[in-house]
Amino acid sequence: MAVRSASPEDIYATHPEKKVSLYFMVLGFIALTIGVIFGPFQIFNYADIDLYPALQPLFKSYYQGLTLHGVLNAIVFTQFFIQGSLLYLQARDSNVRPLMPVAWAAWWIALIGLALAAWPLLLNNATVLYTFYPPLQGHWAFYVGAALIIVSSLVSVFLSVEMWVRWKKQNPGKPTPLVTFMTTATWMMWGLAAIGLVVEAVFFLIPWSLGWIKGVDPLLARSLFWWSGHPIVYFWLLPAYVSWYGLLPRQAGGKLISDPLARMAFLGFLVFSTPVGFHHQFADPGISAFWKGVHTVLTMMVAVPSLMTAFTIAASLELAGRANGGKGMLGWIKALPWNNPSVVAQLLGAIAFIFGGAGGIVNASFTLDYVVHNTTWIPGHFHLPVATASTLTFFGIAFWLIPHITHKPLAAPRTALAGVWLWFVGMMFMAFGMHMMGLQGVPRRAHISAMSAVNDGIYASSAFYMVFNAIAGVLLTIAAVQLFYVLYATLFSRRRLPADQVPEIPFAEAISGPEGKNGVKVMDRLFFWWGAAVVLVLIVYMPTLVQLFIHMVPAPGMRLW
Amino acid sequence: MDNEKLIHAIERYERSWLLFALVMIVVFLIFIGYTLTGFAFYVPSAAERIDPTTVRNEGSLFANPRVEKTGDNVYTAYVLAQAFTFLPNEIRVPKGAKVVFYVTSPDVQHGFHIRGTNVNVQVIPGEVGKVEHTFNEAGEYLVICNEYCGLGHQDMIGKIIVEDK
Ligand code: HEM
Ligand SMILES: [Cu+2]
Ligand SMILES: [Cu+2]
Repeated sequence: MAVRSASPEDIYATHPEKKVSLYFMVLGFIALTIGVIFGPFQIFNYADIDLYPALQPLFKSYYQGLTLHGVLNAIVFTQFFIQGSLLYLQARDSNVRPLMPVAWAAWWIALIGLALAAWPLLLNNATVLYTFYPPLQGHWAFYVGAALIIVSSLVSVFLSVEMWVRWKKQNPGKPTPLVTFMTTATWMMWGLAAIGLVVEAVFFLIPWSLGWIKGVDPLLARSLFWWSGHPIVYFWLLPAYVSWYGLLPRQAGGKLISDPLARMAFLGFLVFSTPVGFHHQFADPGISAFWKGVHTVLTMMVAVPSLMTAFTIAASLELAGRANGGKGMLGWIKALPWNNPSVVAQLLGAIAFIFGGAGGIVNASFTLDYVVHNTTWIPGHFHLPVATASTLTFFGIAFWLIPHITHKPLAAPRTALAGVWLWFVGMMFMAFGMHMMGLQGVPRRAHISAMSAVNDGIYASSAFYMVFNAIAGVLLTIAAVQLFYVLYATLFSRRRLPADQVPEIPFAEAISGPEGKNGVKVMDRLFFWWGAAVVLVLIVYMPTLVQLFIHMVPAPGMRLW
Repeated sequence: MDNEKLIHAIERYERSWLLFALVMIVVFLIFIGYTLTGFAFYVPSAAERIDPTTVRNEGSLFANPRVEKTGDNVYTAYVLAQAFTFLPNEIRVPKGAKVVFYVTSPDVQHGFHIRGTNVNVQVIPGEVGKVEHTFNEAGEYLVICNEYCGLGHQDMIGKIIVEDK
């Protein structure tokens, strides 16, 4: 049999959604490349090493860099990568082609939004951080650009739900395929979650930045922001779960334990992700302790599907390890494919998430939050779920998905492996340093390495933990160079794999499948569950939001940078 | 082991794990409820809403940021958190006194974190936040702005001096 590499036209001809997915993912990675540059500078700042004078001509302040870091990494990279990868996985899993013109429209809206938002960010006209709390007022293009980026995500919600509905019509009575179920539930969850940000942007931030209204009520704006601000974290995480449940078991050499349990976890997220935002406002006056308590209880509820996931994934991996010949209590761990960067990236991400989850439960514990709120504990915490679990998993997905789409071999797999490990270890150092400094009261979002002489030395008691941050800075710089090198070397490679060596999509089989289970039928009614989520959100948000709407105290905008 | 048996074994373990997780979460919630019965004064409450553009004007509660003795061993502090200082920048109270803080902002959001205590308030223009703390140890406490508020953020630091009587 003559093996021949496919020409680019052939590659895309059978599956045109490949191209739009690739475009989304690459745009996301470009954003990440720029956003991550500031990371080492920030962690050296928290080691009391000030490298910002070197950036001076291009970037005006620590805070401009921090705004770029938060926006490009957490908002742009995550969302674009998710739009690209989930679209493709769902299309292939259910064998339904997305509405291609709509998919391309989503990409163009995202690109235009990114360009609009980047312009004031790079010119130092929107140094308001990625939470952009009023009354700090950025340039209108920043808010319009950000709004377009969200609009693009809503188009992706439509694309996914439309594909799912089409599949349902063509397959009456059959259970939705697992990966399709998970991606559709993820997008539906985000469709409800995004409403807070949309309302904040459309009714307040955009009219305000254009000068049509004089002020914005900061508390109302915060409340709308955190309506989306918490579930956005699940929006970053669930695509990683899609891979852990739907693909990783097969990549590790085994099967998923239970398909119905995976669905149950995703339903838990669909229903409970959004009605919890007040755990970001425990320190806000103006929100009653009663409702803060209700959100606390619901936040704890969302921990349950993650704890479920921990079990199912670990059990699936154990079976995989045993299938590979691993014996004994821990032998199965050694028998996992530790030479495969895609698998290792995801495994290390999952391990980091254990610590991230524990910290998250602390943050969610209402009164305990006063110990850590707005200290370096918080970035120390969320670099575990987002910058490690999700980011490493997304790299792990890219390591097989980009070769799969482009037919280009993964460049330098050993470098990829080293980069993944270093990233994980570096993030662990950083998490330790930042968590501990937070307990000593060091504030987040602060250029502490450039404090004025009168305040010199007030954080000296954290000197020991600063050493961890400095080490993290070195490790993460090397890791970032390695990972981006592998990524771009793959993308720019001229080699094409022979058709029989192109990686397949590793959809995992389940040992306990969905067929004939009554629960699966009930869970398949996604619109019903989405409706339940809407009702829950209305119950926990309306009393407070209506009050705030009625008694608005608008504050004028300010630019203090 | 065949698949059926394996699945049953795993499902049994999974049920125990979930039960354990739920119990753990309920225990956490009970602890949280307990702290609320004793330390609810750390939960910032809304004293009132106030127009941020006029808080500094004559007649406003914050026209003259200050500490007042308002009872037997009770002090009330009216604090303005503004870019980039706290007013009054230095608060003096005796050891063992209960201090009631009222905090607001005339410009952007700030933080009001008394380092080493559980006083940690988001200072929001338009809101007067209220929290209480009893200082049982003499010494100097730093008040740290822990919400980004502009270029001077890292230097927005105030002081509370608790004096041995
Ligand atoms: C080389 C890797 C990275 C390093 C060394 C790093 C370091 C840091 C540090 C030290 C902070 C705290 C800054 C402050 O509070 O003043 C921070 C903030 C942040 N980082 Fe990273 N980071 C890295 C990668 C990432 C990635 C991959 C993501 C997300 C996908 C991310 C998302 C964020 C976000 C959302 C913030 C908060 C920004 C804010 O408070 O406004 N980081 N980072
Ligand atoms: Cu949250
Ligand atoms: Cu500040």
